[in-house]
Amino acid sequence: MIPRHFVIAIAVLLGAVLALSFYVWHMRTVAVSAPIASPDTRPLAPPVAGPTERVTLFVAHDNDGTLRAESAQIPLSSGRQQRAEELLRALLSLYLDKSSPHVLGPGSEIRSVFLVDPGVAIIDLNSAFADTHRSGVLVEELTVASLIHTISANTPDILKVKILVDGKERDTLAGHADLSSFYDVTAVNQLATQLQ
Amino acid sequence: MLWNSRSRRAGTPLRVGKTISLAVGLIVIGAIFLAGALVGAATDKHLSVYSVAANYSLPVVQRDGRDYVGLLELLEPLGKVSARSDNRGWRLRYNNVEGDFQTGKTHARVQGRDADLGGKFIEENNRGLVPVTSLTSLLPRFLGGPATLHEESGRLFIGSVATHFTASLTGNNPPRLVFHFTAPVNPSIATEPGALRMTFSREPLVAPASPTLTFGNKSIPSAIYSEGNGKAVLTVNATIPVIASFSSDGRTVAISPASAPGTAPETAHVPSSTTPASGGAAVPAQPAPAVSAAAPPPPATRRYFAVVDASHGGDDHGETLSNTLLEKDVTVALARSLRQELESRGIPTLVLRDSDANLSLDQRAVFANADRAAIYIALHAASVGHGVRVYTALLPYGSDDRGIFLSWSTAQRTSLPLSQSAANAVVSEMQRRQIPVRTLTAPLRPLNNITGPAIAVEVAPQGSDSSQLTAPDYQQLVTSAVATAIAATRDQLGAAP
Repeated sequence: MIPRHFVIAIAVLLGAVLALSFYVWHMRTVAVSAPIASPDTRPLAPPVAGPTERVTLFVAHDNDGTLRAESAQIPLSSGRQQRAEELLRALLSLYLDKSSPHVLGPGSEIRSVFLVDPGVAIIDLNSAFADTHRSGVLVEELTVASLIHTISANTPDILKVKILVDGKERDTLAGHADLSSFYDVTAVNQLATQLQ
Repeated sequence: MLWNSRSRRAGTPLRVGKTISLAVGLIVIGAIFLAGALVGAATDKHLSVYSVAANYSLPVVQRDGRDYVGLLELLEPLGKVSARSDNRGWRLRYNNVEGDFQTGKTHARVQGRDADLGGKFIEENNRGLVPVTSLTSLLPRFLGGPATLHEESGRLFIGSVATHFTASLTGNNPPRLVFHFTAPVNPSIATEPGALRMTFSREPLVAPASPTLTFGNKSIPSAIYSEGNGKAVLTVNATIPVIASFSSDGRTVAISPASAPGTAPETAHVPSSTTPASGGAAVPAQPAPAVSAAAPPPPATRRYFAVVDASHGGDDHGETLSNTLLEKDVTVALARSLRQELESRGIPTLVLRDSDANLSLDQRAVFANADRAAIYIALHAASVGHGVRVYTALLPYGSDDRGIFLSWSTAQRTSLPLSQSAANAVVSEMQRRQIPVRTLTAPLRPLNNITGPAIAVEVAPQGSDSSQLTAPDYQQLVTSAVATAIAATRDQLGAAP
């Protein structure tokens, strides 16, 4: 004869198991039907307003592997560091355009640019920039030369440039272009001449 | 009473029999224990320690199911060390660093800072025992530098002492497998049917990225790296009798067929005293072909003129050129083709990566620099652009050169003019053959770390079809042009220090 209290305990436990099963099934249904979060594309900073300036951007062209100077009229802040950031973001907007001569991956972004005296510039890319970048010596070198030559041509007194990804040092951009050291602006300017 | 008298009568021989049985039993048990002890002694665990000061081995003891090692004994060969025990615990002093340990405690204090031992500290007969696993965190506190423990195999590396190696197969008939080591080695060599085994008990040899190296050759299909009980072992699988020969002061070990011509004069066909299974070129009576070994000969100084580096490899695929084509595969094919072209012009050539192994950029530079080759050529492949790009190093900003010691990141600086000469020669030859070509500088490692002339050649298809990169005709067209240019500048490059 099974004791009465034992039967009650088993019944209560079975009930609890059934209730929990239903709850888990319900939660799973809710999770499956929930919309997948899309990438956050909201702007982080207000668009720059005010007077525009004519600047020279050095734009990479994959079809013939060149770097070409192109004029652009863009609004620029008065601060030196903000100007450098806006310059590179203007350059990036060209590359993210559908008709870009040097396509960069979706979501590529310049997180920030820091100018540290004497003569140091630090360009911080987001991880999408590097992760989606095409691999190859020339294609990576065109990107690096474009960024560095554009910032150094429009911002005086920069001697060396470091490129970070998500605020951290990275070995290469996409398997080839070295990001572990500081770029010598003079050497990059000579490379830009070779690429023109 | 009758029963008693019978039992007493029978008792004497019974007791004698029991005594004899007991004695025999004790002897058997004693023998078993003795044999066990002997076997145990033969298989005692050891920790091999590799450091700049000394390479040595220490016994590992088991306590509470963990491996322990004496800390004093470990530090003794490395510097001035002393230990004393009192009622406050066990105190160790290494040079000017002091550590306090308490029996049964899982933490110690080194220079006043807490250090996790990951297990209890044990003091036995004034010996301080620490868990082997604690050494990677404990030793840097005393030594001020990194320590790397290979726990499974019982190998401890103190500082940057590791010896790296590459393997490349030159020629197919007969094949010659060449191991290049970053420091001289002197392994003991044993043979068995179908394999030659090199055991490195004193050398801090470390594994390549992939422990199995495949060469795509029927005679010498693969080599396997393994570690165990303080030793590293390289096993070369071969389907023909092979011999091992040493050169370059023990930095190079070549495995070649026992009857292959041309292995002399570097090869000494002398049976080694450390080759238990070898008898010179004797072949064990097995269906599978056997290998034999030779001892290191007097040092020779063979020098490769060119080092060809098939870029990427292993987990690093490089560019995905098409759905079925990876850059790392194209570069190996190009490297083999370039080696053939160079050697057909009388230029001794080493291919750094001749299999799908992953070599770090630093390792590639170390091998190229250690070999003191007259030219280093890195090969890349790309789908963007047309034709060939020849690169020299774009050096990073600044230099930390200190007198004769060159900065690693700008080691190429003094050789850059020669590198540019070599690049220009390659460009001229390509132009002569009407291959689209340009020369550029590039921030491409390890070009900037190479101490001699160094160039990189990136091959893109002439049109838009990436499959041209795998076409033997196109590969030969490019590599033949590179080889001709290198041969033309041979005197200039060979004169470089």
